Amino acid sequence: MDWGLILELTLKAFFGLDAVVFIIAALGLNVQFGYAGLLNFGQAAFMAAGAYGLGMSVNYWGVSWWWGVAFGFAYAAVLAVIVGVPTLRLRADYLAIVTIALAELVRLIVRSVTHKEKFGGTDGLKGFAAGFQDLSPVDAPGNAYGLGPLQTSGLMRIALFAFWVLVALAVGIAIDRLRGRRTGRAGINWVLAAGAGAVVFAVLMALFPRFDYLGTDLWVLIVGWGIVAVCALYVWALMRSPWGRVLKGIREDEDAVRSLGKNVFGYKMSALVIGAVIGMLAGVINALRTSNVQPDNFSRALTFYVLTALVLGGVATVTGSIVGPMAYWALLAFTDVFLSEVSDDTGRLAVGGITLLENASARGQFRLVLVGVGLIMLMVFRPQGLFGNRKEMALDGR
Amino acid sequence: MGADTSQYAQQARAALATVAPEPGSRKPDAILVADAIRRRFGGIVAVDVDHVEVQRHSITALIGPNGAGKTTLFNLLSGFDEPNEGTWTFEGRTLDKVVAHRTAQLGMVRTFQLTKSLTKLSVIENMKLGATGQRGERWWNGMLPFTWRSQEAAIEARADELLHRFKLDHMRNEYAGTLSGGQRKLLEMARALMTGPTMVMLDEPMAGVNPALKQSLNQHIRGLRDEGMTVLFVEHDMDMVHDISDWVIVMAEGRLIAEGTPDQISRNQAVIDAYLGAHQGKSLMEDA
Repeated sequence: MDWGLILELTLKAFFGLDAVVFIIAALGLNVQFGYAGLLNFGQAAFMAAGAYGLGMSVNYWGVSWWWGVAFGFAYAAVLAVIVGVPTLRLRADYLAIVTIALAELVRLIVRSVTHKEKFGGTDGLKGFAAGFQDLSPVDAPGNAYGLGPLQTSGLMRIALFAFWVLVALAVGIAIDRLRGRRTGRAGINWVLAAGAGAVVFAVLMALFPRFDYLGTDLWVLIVGWGIVAVCALYVWALMRSPWGRVLKGIREDEDAVRSLGKNVFGYKMSALVIGAVIGMLAGVINALRTSNVQPDNFSRALTFYVLTALVLGGVATVTGSIVGPMAYWALLAFTDVFLSEVSDDTGRLAVGGITLLENASARGQFRLVLVGVGLIMLMVFRPQGLFGNRKEMALDGR
Repeated sequence: MGADTSQYAQQARAALATVAPEPGSRKPDAILVADAIRRRFGGIVAVDVDHVEVQRHSITALIGPNGAGKTTLFNLLSGFDEPNEGTWTFEGRTLDKVVAHRTAQLGMVRTFQLTKSLTKLSVIENMKLGATGQRGERWWNGMLPFTWRSQEAAIEARADELLHRFKLDHMRNEYAGTLSGGQRKLLEMARALMTGPTMVMLDEPMAGVNPALKQSLNQHIRGLRDEGMTVLFVEHDMDMVHDISDWVIVMAEGRLIAEGTPDQISRNQAVIDAYLGAHQGKSLMEDA
């Protein structure tokens, strides 16, 4: 069993594109569900608006991909307003019902035969991200580019070195804070944090000398994490402002907020639109990574996976909506690689002559079971999620 | 009633002394005037009020047996419900078809019978939420702290002042969900004051509050009037109504049945009948 490979693939998933897409979608969903209490079960529709907004604009109308993104913004906002106008005056459940329907509606329209020339039917659209890849600083996109110390050269190496230093420092600070919280110490002990960071850095370099991504992926990854940073900062800034306070108030009791002279409908509508537009960006990143968009990528299940990842991280926190999806995908990758490592060459997993898993596809199903068990454990022992607020959670029981 | 010696208290009492103690009587200086308000729920007429006025700078109590339509009337006047017919004005402004949050912005703020504290917000956040006209409450300003920081500081200072007055300052940074029932009532009232209202409508401020706290709530309500606000409140606690109100309006089965000063009301036969039944005191055998 190759623990190095297991760790490397897990860590790759932790920072990977799936996680990035989910983080952006979860940040949007968090604005609606976590802060405003709006049950949006159709985030997939807004992601599809981004992906198809981009794909259709480039392939069918022949405009540049920048315009595609701009159209994506418009589509997501318009969809949100159309859904919001009739439902946001009603009880929360109605929005949930209508958004589920919306997600299906969007998916069925883009995969329909009638609109095949625009949306490509069930085959979807492809080959629209050339303009985006032209902007890439990566000189040979077909090559693998390492994040490890052995593989890269020149400017990229310095950039990647800086990236790992930052990752190590972040882990170091996290370790220091955990210690601090246990001993009741406030603030950050920088000596401790830097020391822990240095150890983490050394371990990372030793473990992953060839931690590499494909050049095209690396570019999407850089842009994706950039968008994550911008969206996270935006959501964080909004939620600590008086605007965010009104939103949280609406989540608790909208009549109380209304009685204090706030236009509740307007706030709910802006939360819905902001969350939709952020979710749209997740769709754009998802479309750019493979230059390919297919209608069945945006099934109902997608919204619920994003929601799962968000709850895993902790609802109504920005850190939660970033770390949750990362942990979710790392968990999926870990179980997958681990199970495949303990299986034999045909993909069969047997213990003492008893076949547990027949083949690789059974393994794919089984890892979801493991993730499910993991989530159940989390809900039992840490119902607030990884970064949620336990005190806040406890108030629900009163 | 010895405590009611403030300027507004005396003005209100003097003005109301000249008003005829009958349902729908005209007041010398009415802040709220309602006409022909009807609200039907299916076949039931919950509210059917021909005319009612509330005197400015007074404490007016709205009483009546359970199911008399008091809370429904509150909901109608404050825009939380729409009447089937009727018009009403607040400070001369027509308020029918005005949505609830506009009503609050115009200076008419209400509280709820079932206290609505925003449990997952801290007490101070609850308070700050109450302030109206906040620049930082627009989403495009929210992310630009320099556009709202100074206003926020002023609001926080005002909130702290009110918390001190309502003796909630020790709970300032706790979640509102950790407050006791009585403290929540206080918080809701203090939060309503953050909107800077001219008229405060309290729906059963004393429900579920212990006697010691009732006394201080009484003082707070008097304090609102003495600062020049108009108070209209629904209450079942007759001692309290008698104690602090300048004027009492009585509803039963959706209609106004009596108005008057607390003393006049406690002698009013229609009110006694409404509460205790028209045949009280008579032998059961007489009907048979």
